[in-house]
Amino acid sequence: MRYAMAIDTKKCVGCGDCVVACQTENNVPHGYCRDWIVENVTGTYPNVEIELRSERCNHCDNSPCVRCCPTGASHIVEGGIVMVTPEECIGCGACIQSCPYDARYSHPEGYVDKCTFCKHRVDNGQLPACVEVCPTKCLYFGDLDDPNSDVSKALQNRKWKVLAPEAGTKPQLYFLT
Amino acid sequence: MTTRRDFIKISTAGTGAAALGLSVLSWNGVGKAFAGKESEPVSDTELKRYPTYCEVCFWKCAGWTYVDKEGNIKKILGNEEDPHCNGRLCPRGTGGVGMYNDEDRLKTPLIREEKDGKQVFREASWEEALEYTAKRLKEVAKEHGPECVALFNHGSGGKYFGTLLKAFGSENIAAPSFAQCRGPRETGWIATFGEAVGSPEPTDIRDTKCLVLIGSHIGENMHNGQVQEMSEAIDRGATIITVDPRLSTAASKSKYWLPIKPATDIALLLAWIHVLIYEERYNKEYVEKYTYGFDLLKEHVKDMTPEWAYGITTIEPSVIRKTAREMADAAPAVIVHPGRHVTWYGDDTQRTRAIAIINALLGSWGSRGGFYLKEKVHLAHQKIPPFPKPNRTWRDAFPGQYGLASLALSSGICDATIPTDDRDCSFKAWIVSGTNLPLTLPNMQHTIDAMSHLDFMVVIDTMPMEVTGYADVVFPECTYLERYDDIRTSPHREPYIALRMPAVEPKYNTKPAWWIAKQLAEKLGLGEYFPYDDITEQLDWQLKQVGSSLEEMQRIGVKKFDRQDGALYFKKGEELEFNTPSGKIELWSNEMAAENFDPIPVYTPHPEPEEGFYRLIYGRAPMHTFSRTANNHNLWDLKKENAVWVNPKVAKLWDFNNGDLVWLKNQDGVVSSFPIKVRITERIRWDSVYMVHGFGHSKKSLSRAYGHGANDSELITKVMIDPVMGGTGMRGNFVTFLQEDPGKEVEA
Repeated sequence: MRYAMAIDTKKCVGCGDCVVACQTENNVPHGYCRDWIVENVTGTYPNVEIELRSERCNHCDNSPCVRCCPTGASHIVEGGIVMVTPEECIGCGACIQSCPYDARYSHPEGYVDKCTFCKHRVDNGQLPACVEVCPTKCLYFGDLDDPNSDVSKALQNRKWKVLAPEAGTKPQLYFLT
Repeated sequence: MTTRRDFIKISTAGTGAAALGLSVLSWNGVGKAFAGKESEPVSDTELKRYPTYCEVCFWKCAGWTYVDKEGNIKKILGNEEDPHCNGRLCPRGTGGVGMYNDEDRLKTPLIREEKDGKQVFREASWEEALEYTAKRLKEVAKEHGPECVALFNHGSGGKYFGTLLKAFGSENIAAPSFAQCRGPRETGWIATFGEAVGSPEPTDIRDTKCLVLIGSHIGENMHNGQVQEMSEAIDRGATIITVDPRLSTAASKSKYWLPIKPATDIALLLAWIHVLIYEERYNKEYVEKYTYGFDLLKEHVKDMTPEWAYGITTIEPSVIRKTAREMADAAPAVIVHPGRHVTWYGDDTQRTRAIAIINALLGSWGSRGGFYLKEKVHLAHQKIPPFPKPNRTWRDAFPGQYGLASLALSSGICDATIPTDDRDCSFKAWIVSGTNLPLTLPNMQHTIDAMSHLDFMVVIDTMPMEVTGYADVVFPECTYLERYDDIRTSPHREPYIALRMPAVEPKYNTKPAWWIAKQLAEKLGLGEYFPYDDITEQLDWQLKQVGSSLEEMQRIGVKKFDRQDGALYFKKGEELEFNTPSGKIELWSNEMAAENFDPIPVYTPHPEPEEGFYRLIYGRAPMHTFSRTANNHNLWDLKKENAVWVNPKVAKLWDFNNGDLVWLKNQDGVVSSFPIKVRITERIRWDSVYMVHGFGHSKKSLSRAYGHGANDSELITKVMIDPVMGGTGMRGNFVTFLQEDPGKEVEA
């Protein structure tokens, strides 16, 4: 089993619903977030293009955050989800420095936190909150080992890219372009 | 001038606005932030849910409010049965809980009084505030007549105050959603098709092959069902054509983006009509059977070639032809979208008419993939006494003008509140429910002047918006998550009803609008117009008339009914009668001609900015609704302020860097109260700047929103009135930049 997410940049309107839904679902305190929107503008008026991306932890196969964690608080669970155990985290911030996606943050209560792919929902057979709320249905989640999962099907028919492939982290967020 | 009415700050036991850091939305990938704590999320099954429909915008998506055992609202999710949202709320609906949790909310009734020579608000009981309001309204009625009282409203609560006002003897019920927003569209549509577009718009985007947007930025306006259907259209490979001087989000997803020179849309539309007619690409059968005035239209656009329009619009003739052909190839499964906020240049009814005419030529009105024939549930109303007949209405303030305005003009009532020699009686009292007039009407100073002439003003709101500072009495309304309202019956492909019920008890000393209106009615001796003790009695009675009940709706939230009015689209060759003077779709409008307006739209040039000035274009951000959500903590987290978009060429001239703070000064010398950050972007033309509407709040009691960004409403001092229906064209203002603090004093 290998959980992954595909984000259709052609459909995303950058509304930020994924961010609010994550905040309410996961009790993320105000001023903090586990997912966010990036707007990339290229070209010169009037030949301009926009790419909108809903971003979060890439749940990398080769996770620098897990490798550098001195206590084992950062770890990988079944399905490849990268998790943090707050009780084991000493808040040293090494993982924050090591992440090429800037996906981790220091929580005011002294530990590091980030996206969990809503593991508590996935374990219940539900979709992550961001996927379930997205008005444009531009987020696809599922098991890459299952060719019939939403994410597998999305990747079969479209061109895609990952972010910072040069970092060698084998990220599991796929951006449909 | 003398200001009898000092602006009063509603102070709050302040938390001091402390949240950290940057906006979640970043440009070019820089500067995002933050994480969350690992406190265990609660499983959905441990929460109790209550049906609601959203009040954060007018789309009114139905959803469920989830509450934990301690009575805390945990989240709000969409109702899957609801066609407005299909189970997916937009960020504002998802973040609606921020409205409930906002610590800056109005908490108790307030009455203006004079203390040590200063005007202040003092807290009052409901009984006292209601009694006082009734007394003051009676005084106004006695001295000037009840017709001198006007209601401004937006949102669900307005209906109850509308009933109250009609019972009181006034029909002056206005919503800024008409003259400041979609009024020209409705007027143009009525003149053409004999009916208004309405809300939600019956655009059949689900099945369209070609969607044309004229300045309509779906995706930045989160009109939920439309955003969802547009996303499906992108998946299906439908052609999207967007006309906009700015690369809107929708434009970036379009096959064709026509970066039009602002204020020239009518020329483009006429050229499109020319191509459709002279290349004989219009829907001949539909036009012959259903329309009136085709030959006059054909003659009218004879010389309005794409080459003619090129010189005006800067859109290349080949592109004008190609896009017209794309529409014709898709017809009748094509939508030239009527838009929503269409009060731009004062000839907006005519522009919307041109859009309506193109739809008629393509045969899209009443066709699959064009516009469906909407239907709604009609709920019965309990018997109440007839309303008294007023001796005059707002129309008497404008003799011979705005005959085609189908609803009252907020801006007109505002104008007619400032006394003039030739007017018998100006408005003397305002009831304002759920609309922040200084940031909603153009020309903020003018609105403030009007309010200073009132004998009495009462404001009903959930938040200490700017408008509350001018009131004599402020009634704190509870939020939509804490109250019942009328059943939602808005039309759709199938008729639906939706229930809003409280998920929690009202916080603080707040009350629902129905209760406030009913109490006031009783104090005015008009109690019989509210024939129930509790609103639930009326809702249950109404629901039972259509075979449901309050108990059922509390369980399911949304209920679908069968269509009664026949098919979703016109049948081929069906005999139809339209509600126009000719009984046909009027390409040449008899109604417009009768009022001495151009019966077919004409392009007229509009003023352009002088050297060093740029056209001020404003619009929406998907996570905010006008100025009303700026203080919502969940949405403030997403976007705290607006920025002024500046083309890189312009930025170079001014030596700007991204994030520089500037003040904006308009053509009349009006300077923004607060500075605004510069955003340098290729998404905007060099002759225009763009900003999102609704920021730059000047009230310190909005602790988060205060002073963040600039307020476009104060810069819109030049208003181009649509002579047809009184709409306020607001896109003819030009601004320049001040790089030094002009030291403007801000009333707070």
